[in-house]
Amino acid sequence: MPDSTLLATLKTDYGKYIIDGTDTSDDFPCVEVEPHNIAAFCSELKHDTNLQFNFLSDICGIDYLPQIPRFVVVYHLYSITNKIRVRIKCKLAEDAEIPSVTSVWKTANWHEREAFDMYGIVFTEHPDLRRIYMWDEFEGYPQRKDFPLRGYCDEYNPFGDPPESRQEKEQDQGWSH
Amino acid sequence: MSVERDSTSNVFFTNLDKVLNWGQRSALWPETFGIACCAIEMIATGCSRYDLDRFGVVFRPSPRQSDVMVIAGTVTKKFAPVVKLLYDQMPEPRWVIAMGSCAISGGVYNTYSVVQGSELLVPVDICVPGCPPRPDALIQGFLMLQEKIKNSPSNIIKARNIDTPPHAASGNVNPAAANRGSE
Amino acid sequence: MSEMVNLNEGQHGEKTKEVLLNLGPQHPSTHGVLRMLMQMDGEKISSMDVIIGYLHRGTEKLAESFTYTQIIPLTDRLDYLCQPSNNLAYVLTVEKLLNIEAPERAQYIRVMMAELSRISGHMLISGALPMDLGAMTTLLYAMRDREMIMDLMEMATGARMHSSYCRVGGVREDIPEGFTERVQEFCHIFRERMSDYEALVSGNRIFLKRTQGIGAISAEDAIDWGLSGPCLRASGVDWDMRRDNPYEIYDRLKFDVIVRENGDCYDRWKCRMEEMRVSVDIIEQCLAQMPTDGPTIIDNPLIAFPGDKQKVQSSMESLIQQFQLSAYGFKVPAGEAYVSIEAPKGELGFYILSDGSEKPFRVKIRAPSFVNLQVLEVLAKHTYLADVIAIIGSLDPVMKEVDK
Repeated sequence: MPDSTLLATLKTDYGKYIIDGTDTSDDFPCVEVEPHNIAAFCSELKHDTNLQFNFLSDICGIDYLPQIPRFVVVYHLYSITNKIRVRIKCKLAEDAEIPSVTSVWKTANWHEREAFDMYGIVFTEHPDLRRIYMWDEFEGYPQRKDFPLRGYCDEYNPFGDPPESRQEKEQDQGWSH
Repeated sequence: MSVERDSTSNVFFTNLDKVLNWGQRSALWPETFGIACCAIEMIATGCSRYDLDRFGVVFRPSPRQSDVMVIAGTVTKKFAPVVKLLYDQMPEPRWVIAMGSCAISGGVYNTYSVVQGSELLVPVDICVPGCPPRPDALIQGFLMLQEKIKNSPSNIIKARNIDTPPHAASGNVNPAAANRGSE
Repeated sequence: MSEMVNLNEGQHGEKTKEVLLNLGPQHPSTHGVLRMLMQMDGEKISSMDVIIGYLHRGTEKLAESFTYTQIIPLTDRLDYLCQPSNNLAYVLTVEKLLNIEAPERAQYIRVMMAELSRISGHMLISGALPMDLGAMTTLLYAMRDREMIMDLMEMATGARMHSSYCRVGGVREDIPEGFTERVQEFCHIFRERMSDYEALVSGNRIFLKRTQGIGAISAEDAIDWGLSGPCLRASGVDWDMRRDNPYEIYDRLKFDVIVRENGDCYDRWKCRMEEMRVSVDIIEQCLAQMPTDGPTIIDNPLIAFPGDKQKVQSSMESLIQQFQLSAYGFKVPAGEAYVSIEAPKGELGFYILSDGSEKPFRVKIRAPSFVNLQVLEVLAKHTYLADVIAIIGSLDPVMKEVDK
């Protein structure tokens, strides 16, 4: 199925979910949906007998600080039978939540935990939403753009930002972990 | 059957330190404890072509049975307590080889989650640079460690002396390690 | 998970206590720094919590502060058994963003290197899995032959492991003289050695008992859990990106896609063994088809170093270009691209967002080991503790790729 046909099919069949004028990428079709629709949309794509997007490749969080809305969650879907790909994007405000797609694909579990760990994006109805890479006591979300690359100075990394700058940042932006 | 005993040519004098050191350096047992890429080169060093066994270096699966810890890979902040614990579990005398840039200084990974050098955790005796070091380099590291043990006062005697910390003795190659040991 | 002290009543009225068992992160058979907390009911596992992150180094965040060329060495260190594959996936993504394509000869070289590394990766795990189950000899055999590949890598790239051979728009330099003959020789030797391995392990009754029927997963579940690569094909899903979404010159090659049925540890192991044979076929075809001469990197002074190194010493413009590229890197037009390849472990994807500068805005790595490892807690449920080792070995996680 060529990409243009796929995009047209998506727009006609799933027009109620897709936000218009958002198909901007040039490698394969990319659609944007409202965060609260994502689980339903994915579920329908998976069970669509024509498209059969049965494989969830990846879930990825992006931080667009200082843009508003700040976060974007990107889903990469693949159809093993049709060998086609689609990208779904959801824009998310800083304190917003997004439904988990673990009920659609079990593999979403760790992907969503990773996005939560790195960006602090909260997935509702996730069976086990906790940190995956960092330890439980870790403060902050390291891949956010306002988190310093070298972290905050401690006994193991003397090159990090001074810990005092953390409080300043929290006061400046209302940023907390 | 009678054995001819030639006592004059078979007796030589040495001190206890040298005998003990000879024994210790000839049977260095490192821990099977790989963290990252360097572990693969460490396995390669222990396997067919490079064959560490011929230096008396035999990998042991438990820290309780080993006297050398080869830190082969990036030590992260999450993993740091484990490295410390493993080091504490090893019986004295014990030595540490930091293998590869990550273990020596954090390497390219100067990030929020990486310990900038295992020096900050445990006293390191030998640094083997490279990313990852070739098996030859690791062998060289072991030989240097043997040389270091040879030239230091006996560790067994030293370990019984509570006042002298294990790494503050003379003959330490790495001055930073000596300082840390005496803290 | 907290410790449970419930007394469970068994079939014959005996009472057993559930205990919490910790395995790892330092354990010889966890293939790195993987940690598992297992709730044990006797010798069986009632539930398991897989804890990862002991090797999380922030590769993705670090990549945001590096130029596009500087990231290539970081990709080496993801799946450290098969570096050229990782390089390939990354440079393909950047090439997609730049909308360029590598010269033909470079594509052949890349594919050849990727397949060599596939053999190297598969060989280590096919040797390590029997070792975990008690057959130490296989690892020694595997490492012996892996050294041949290490020598080839060293010959072509100068490094045994972290070669960073691929560049955006080609490869760093042409393969040296005599390399193709060495590769041919390797293919010849390796083909014979393959039957040695199989004779060594395939007929071993202990190995078969420990792997057949252990850790089986159905095709639907495997897709649902996002498995890819040999782990998915062992369950009977016929999906190989090299054939289905061909990249580079894979569409010109003829090769089998190994698919097995049961999806158990033995099939995953067997699948890898067979794939090594396929890789040898691919390498031989590459050698036969590869153009004997031609550029190995695109001729674009804005992106790549001049192919002819002498030019840098004689031409002022080339020197400036070289300096510019080394110091500042090249700009990539704003946009996004997701490219995935069939890496030895499965679908390795790079999702790169560019904002038009020399450094990427976001790099997301879809690491196959990360996704494959997730299924461990499901496969291990209600199996014996000893089988967990077999399951980990057959899933073949590389912890640096899992933790990124």
